Amino acid sequence: VASLENARLRAPAHHVSPRARWYWATRAAGGWLILLGVEAAALFAVGITPMAITLVITALIGLAHLIVMPQWRYRVHTWEDAGGAVYTQTGWITQERRIAPVNRIQTVDTHRGPIEQLFRLSNITVTTASAAGPLRIHGLDRRTADQLVATLTQRTQATEDDAT
Amino acid sequence: VSLPIDSDGWRRLSPRMLLIHPVVEVTKSIPLLLGVLFAGSHSGTGAYWGLGVAVVVIVLSLTRWFTTRYRIDDDQIQLRHGLLRRQTVNARLDRVRTVDVTAHLLHRVLGLSRVTIGTGTSDRRRRPDGLTLDGVDTDDAQRLRAELLHHVLAAPEQGSGEQAGPLREQDLAIFDPAWIRYAPFNLSGAVTALAVVGFALRIVNDAHVDLAKVGPLRHAGNDVTSASLIGIVVIAVIVVLVFIALTSTTGYVLAFWGFHLTRHEGGSLHVSRGLITTRNTSIEHRRLRGVELSEPLLLRWVGGARTLAIATGLRVGRGSERGGTVLLPPAPAGEAIRVAAAVLETDGPIVAPLRAHGPSARRRRYVRALGVTLLVLSILLAIGLIEGWPWPLALLALVMVPAALLAEDRYRSLGHLLTHGHLVVRSGSLVRRRVAIKQDGVIGWKMRRTFFQRRLGLMTLTAATAAGRQGYRIIDVDLAEAESVIAVCSPGVLDGLRC
Repeated sequence: VASLENARLRAPAHHVSPRARWYWATRAAGGWLILLGVEAAALFAVGITPMAITLVITALIGLAHLIVMPQWRYRVHTWEDAGGAVYTQTGWITQERRIAPVNRIQTVDTHRGPIEQLFRLSNITVTTASAAGPLRIHGLDRRTADQLVATLTQRTQATEDDAT
Repeated sequence: VSLPIDSDGWRRLSPRMLLIHPVVEVTKSIPLLLGVLFAGSHSGTGAYWGLGVAVVVIVLSLTRWFTTRYRIDDDQIQLRHGLLRRQTVNARLDRVRTVDVTAHLLHRVLGLSRVTIGTGTSDRRRRPDGLTLDGVDTDDAQRLRAELLHHVLAAPEQGSGEQAGPLREQDLAIFDPAWIRYAPFNLSGAVTALAVVGFALRIVNDAHVDLAKVGPLRHAGNDVTSASLIGIVVIAVIVVLVFIALTSTTGYVLAFWGFHLTRHEGGSLHVSRGLITTRNTSIEHRRLRGVELSEPLLLRWVGGARTLAIATGLRVGRGSERGGTVLLPPAPAGEAIRVAAAVLETDGPIVAPLRAHGPSARRRRYVRALGVTLLVLSILLAIGLIEGWPWPLALLALVMVPAALLAEDRYRSLGHLLTHGHLVVRSGSLVRRRVAIKQDGVIGWKMRRTFFQRRLGLMTLTAATAAGRQGYRIIDVDLAEAESVIAVCSPGVLDGLRC
């Protein structure tokens, strides 16, 4: 028990695809551009100085976000198929680790959005019978994702009961 | 009285439903009938049109009985219904998770019940009620429930009821009218009260009644200027509180009168309750993952508590009367503890002292409660200074006292424990919940750490289950402790993940 107290859980072993950084940056840039567009339209319509200052500040915050967030996220987002369990870590300012024992897994799905296809990325969702605990691995290289899905599906089929 | 069965084993629902369907459907279509009457009132034919529509509604409602049949064989139950679009719904008997028997007023007058068979969460399609047999003889319904839950199916063609025999039951809780004294502190009536007030205001508004011109109210309005405003406010608050207490009590009596919790020989739990509409809910033993002891603040002050079941295939309802999860309505805390322990068959997880979460967790409760209050207060005070509001505004600073009390209470609530094969978690102040779930009922873990939690070496650990609220949080627990909780509940899962 003493060793239990002292041992520390490490982060999952594998990083996601480095291209995920560009995907995150692109997605965030979209949001900032919409906000800037609205502010620019307001500036054009009203034309007062405080509006211009807001626009500049928004642009600076957006730029900082685009530089810091993808790098930070890339360092955090990791995953591991640890034999008996699937283990993921996500987030950047707030971070979250999730573990699901393999014998409790119900489905393993892949999903690719339009922007993700552009960057040749895949997402994996691992669900259990609980509505609280789906594991998501975002921004995986497509080949890695396919391999992971194949091995997980094979192993979950081996379990017999209804995994609740 | 056994029902006629055709050669393939298909049975009809009780013919007495022919009396219920027209009443229910005509009641439902009252707005339509009123519309027709009103639309035809100019030409004077409104009454005939109304009568015609009523006849159509009644005929359609009667076809429901003629087109519905059900069949139970060795491994499934089938329901076939629909006039133009024939539908057959199947449920495998080994997938049946819950069997509810309800009877509304009309049902009870005619000795009928409605049986709702739930096949649980694995049913992902939109079929919230599972499979419903609306209108079988109450005795048949009770026998059907027993059969479905124990999979001891009597051959349908011999449905005389002898072979299903009376099941031995063990009483776990029986309603005591003295419990009603806890009903006003339940606050379930608050929502109803708000709805009633909202509804009344809308009617007043729609009817273009100017409240200021209504006689008694105008007098009252004139008096406000002379009487002290504080007096009026006090009276209004008392009126509202009495109203909420009354609606809470009425709701409590309607929902929980005759409450009876039993355990069958097969291990399944059975709840029956209700004054006018009676409700019978069964929870199969192997679906039960644990119990929750819930104490809303007011109820806690008067020494009351309620007990809920945590089971797969049962959604947790809001308020104390919704959902099939109630194992004990608001009652003395001692009774709630006794019932929870009886359901778990051990009292360790219910009464054992919990592990506290340490000084960092306490500091976080204070920072969050006081910090937010302080922020709002300072903004208000700043505006007050600029706008020159009167000084009594500073009295608002007194809200820091209840905020601090809340923080302390929230900290004292925090705790967890691993005991008797259960994971026990407690948290909350406005509603304090102590949850005991079976350790092998935990099917996943979520370790969430905000920026501040990382600096303090804390995390919020969520144990995911397929039952109840789906996830139960251990708030602000330190890392090593969280890891040992995971290691005990899910043996082997952390192997090779430690450094």
